[in-house]
Amino acid sequence: MSTPAPRTPDRPRLVVVGHGMVGHRLVQAAIERGLTETHDVVVIGDETHAAYDRVGLTTFFEVGAEALSLLPTGVYDDPRVRLVLGSAVTGIDTASRTVRFAEGDLAYDELVLATGAAPFVPPVEGRDLEGCFVYRTLGDLEAIRDAATAGARVGAVVGGGLLGLEAANALRQLGLETHVVEMATRLMAVQVDDAGGAVLRRHVEALGLTVHTDARTTAVLGEDGRVTGLGLADADDLPADLVVFSAGIRPRDALAREAGLEVAERGGVLVDERCRTSDPHVWAVGECAAPAGRVYGLVAPGYAMAEVVVDALVGGPGTFTGADMSTKLKLMGVDVASFGDAFAATEGSLELVYADAVAGVYKKLVVSDDGRTLLGGMLVGDASAYGVLRPMVASGIALPDNPEDLILPAGRGAATEVGLPDEAQVCSCNDVSKADITAAVAREDDPCDSASCVTRCTGAGSTCGSCKPVVKKIVEDFFAEQGRVVDRSLCEHFAMTRQELFDAIAVGGHTGFDAVVAAHGTGRGCDVCKPTVASILASLLNHHVLDAANRVVQDTNDAYLANIQKNGTYSVMPRIAGGEVTPEGLVVLGEVARDFGLYTKITGGQRIDLLGARMEDLPAIWRRLVDAGFESGHAYGKSLRTVKSCVGSTWCRYGVQDSTSLAIMLEHRYRGLRSPHKIKGGVSGCARECAEARGKDFGVIATEKGWNLYVAGNGGANPVHARLLAQDLDTETLVRYLDRFLMYYVRTADRLQRTAPWVEGLDGGLDRVREVVVDDALGLGSELEAAMDAHVDTYVDEWAATLEDPEKLARFTSFVNAPDVPDPNISFGVTRGQAEPVLHEGPVDLGATIGVGAPR
Amino acid sequence: MNETVRETVGGSASGTGTWTPVCPLSRIDVEGGVTALVGGRAVAVFRTFADEVFALDNVDPFSRASVLARGIVGTRGDVDFVASPMHKQAFALRTGECLDDPTVRVAAYDVRVVDGTVEVGGVRGAR
Repeated sequence: MSTPAPRTPDRPRLVVVGHGMVGHRLVQAAIERGLTETHDVVVIGDETHAAYDRVGLTTFFEVGAEALSLLPTGVYDDPRVRLVLGSAVTGIDTASRTVRFAEGDLAYDELVLATGAAPFVPPVEGRDLEGCFVYRTLGDLEAIRDAATAGARVGAVVGGGLLGLEAANALRQLGLETHVVEMATRLMAVQVDDAGGAVLRRHVEALGLTVHTDARTTAVLGEDGRVTGLGLADADDLPADLVVFSAGIRPRDALAREAGLEVAERGGVLVDERCRTSDPHVWAVGECAAPAGRVYGLVAPGYAMAEVVVDALVGGPGTFTGADMSTKLKLMGVDVASFGDAFAATEGSLELVYADAVAGVYKKLVVSDDGRTLLGGMLVGDASAYGVLRPMVASGIALPDNPEDLILPAGRGAATEVGLPDEAQVCSCNDVSKADITAAVAREDDPCDSASCVTRCTGAGSTCGSCKPVVKKIVEDFFAEQGRVVDRSLCEHFAMTRQELFDAIAVGGHTGFDAVVAAHGTGRGCDVCKPTVASILASLLNHHVLDAANRVVQDTNDAYLANIQKNGTYSVMPRIAGGEVTPEGLVVLGEVARDFGLYTKITGGQRIDLLGARMEDLPAIWRRLVDAGFESGHAYGKSLRTVKSCVGSTWCRYGVQDSTSLAIMLEHRYRGLRSPHKIKGGVSGCARECAEARGKDFGVIATEKGWNLYVAGNGGANPVHARLLAQDLDTETLVRYLDRFLMYYVRTADRLQRTAPWVEGLDGGLDRVREVVVDDALGLGSELEAAMDAHVDTYVDEWAATLEDPEKLARFTSFVNAPDVPDPNISFGVTRGQAEPVLHEGPVDLGATIGVGAPR
Repeated sequence: MNETVRETVGGSASGTGTWTPVCPLSRIDVEGGVTALVGGRAVAVFRTFADEVFALDNVDPFSRASVLARGIVGTRGDVDFVASPMHKQAFALRTGECLDDPTVRVAAYDVRVVDGTVEVGGVRGAR
């Protein structure tokens, strides 16, 4: 017999038998990996359609064949690949390395079997009657449709598994009265348990299908060669005009058997880890292959096998050692997912179940005996958590503290963000990891700008689509964090993070910005690095921020020890520790505000703000305040602001501890501590929490036995409740833990990072904080406490010190050459009897306009 | 003309007639600024690490507050700049151009140091 396609000299030939999803993927990989540079490829498929999406077969009646096609043109965009359709390979001769098909014998150098599987038809009488179908190919669906249009009214599907339900859905779409006949006690017995199956059954029945479980088909009944119904064991006959067998698949391994290749005991061409059969030049992939004797009836493992074979042919090391058998699908509008150890087969494993029979939702998590690791689970009715849960199984990352939140409906459980590690497999169909996705959006050359572009470029989400929400989240998170994550340099002058800079300054013993930039930076600094270095130096040295060496590197507010306002004036906020102030103190604040024309307002931190102070008036204002016993409130600093308190057990009939005294003590202890961002605290005298302590960076709540310490909360744009670090502490232990917590934060947080994102960003999160602060796992405890003691011992009121130093006072001058002239650009109006700033359109010329100062 | 103006920076001759002495150079911190009253206007006078002296209108055009002298002085690449203390927009000390928005600039003044005294002249390019 002639060889119709003679081999090109020196061009070895790869022959692929089967053009289903896996065969197609193999050819794609051969093109992408450059195998076609050296090999000619011939693909022979016995269906007349080129490869199509068999997973989406159930949508055929809605979208048609073209939409399902994976190769709509029917031709590969590589002239070295030849696709032959509608032609069955009828024999393989491994000795002469040829395959036989309609065109004749074709020689191969390497042969890949991708013949897939065939539906299993149970050997019951009548299975060949007219009106019996299987559900596998476009041709099968076309035949079923023709039968329906020819007058069939009632259809019965034998098999209530995944494929059976898909077939039932097809019949339903064709308008048939549809019955599902399942031998097991429940639908989808492989994926879900009895409870999940019951929920699924209610969904299916609500759609008008009739479900028969525990129903074994004994025969197909017929008359005149045509189907009339099903005979069932222990039940009445089921009348039907049309029967679809969808009771599982069997690998199509006949060609291999006939060629003498080894097959697995339960069917399938036996292959090794490289997907090589017992003949070294024959490979098998997909549902016809049996790696280690096991057949995989899902597309994802098939794709993985296709990649492994191409990898082997180009000299790579890839192996196939098993696959994630997780499943997620939407059947008739019902989400069903099953992943990992869904049936809790692991010894000691525990089940967490959420069920809502009314809503038709059933969710189960299988966790390890210590509750720390997710082993598997199943979701019926709502599989939205699948995208997050399945990678948690695959990567083994630790469960959050409240794993039930993962399956509670949104709004009932806390919204739990689960950070996936880079190696987590996001798309199991196409084996795309989180790192692959971030690489696509981060690459220099033409990066992806959207989740859909990532899907095109990486394949993630292009097959079953279940991971698309996770892909989108990863892409969005990447863009959201781009500025911070991509380059951790502080600014152009320092290629290091704040924490690295902190360590460098501490180790180097630097005392000024000039020395720091000379040792660790370039250029002369900027508005980002200078205040950062200033803050670090202040944390380490607790020196006066207006000392000559560093006053020009202080941020806007620190530079004048007051908070700048929109018109260039400042607000003045003396400390009112714990919110406790004497009547005499209030009188002084009122008098000062009145005498300097300042707008007064009560703050959220239980203090009084005096606004509208001209810069040159600040020393005179503070002279009055300091003389009356007030001190700086550091409202202008990235430092401790206030420790808010309630009146506690002293006055309150509910109070169990003296919260006011503790708040004052803590505010005095940590006042002036320069930190990466502002720090707020609160102390509540009982569980009623009137001081809103859990909205603070540190919050203390009194108990009958002592104090509960909460950390890392904040208000503002992204409110976070502080979380419990330790409970029922005595005051001494509380202070020790707080010393450690705050110093650990000061040393390791990023610039302008509040405690909540700092804790969130720590490897290990709050548990890590607890290890360091409570368990002293790093052995840093005494060092952190000593650093805080040093801060407390060296604290001085920086406003009182400023008033004593003419050099520091010199900067509080309106005009260096006219210190008695107030800046004419500043003027005020009056609202509700108090001053308010008035802005000018442009610079004010004293020659043309008389500057209107604040009323004196 | 631009060339001439540039040469006045750091202390050579100026094209305008009036120079206002504002303070000794030592009164300005290195990489600091002071506000001077020059011809009825608030002018920010800065001193760089290299001991060059520059003067800009003190009003930040973004916030319309008279505050630029209180900003942090630094470098962006080779350009000396001051960051507005209000919202941190950067202005080139040499030209007054906003480095974050080239359509915005503040007036730059001639400035020189004579016998240790800083003197501010007129607005550059305004003749």
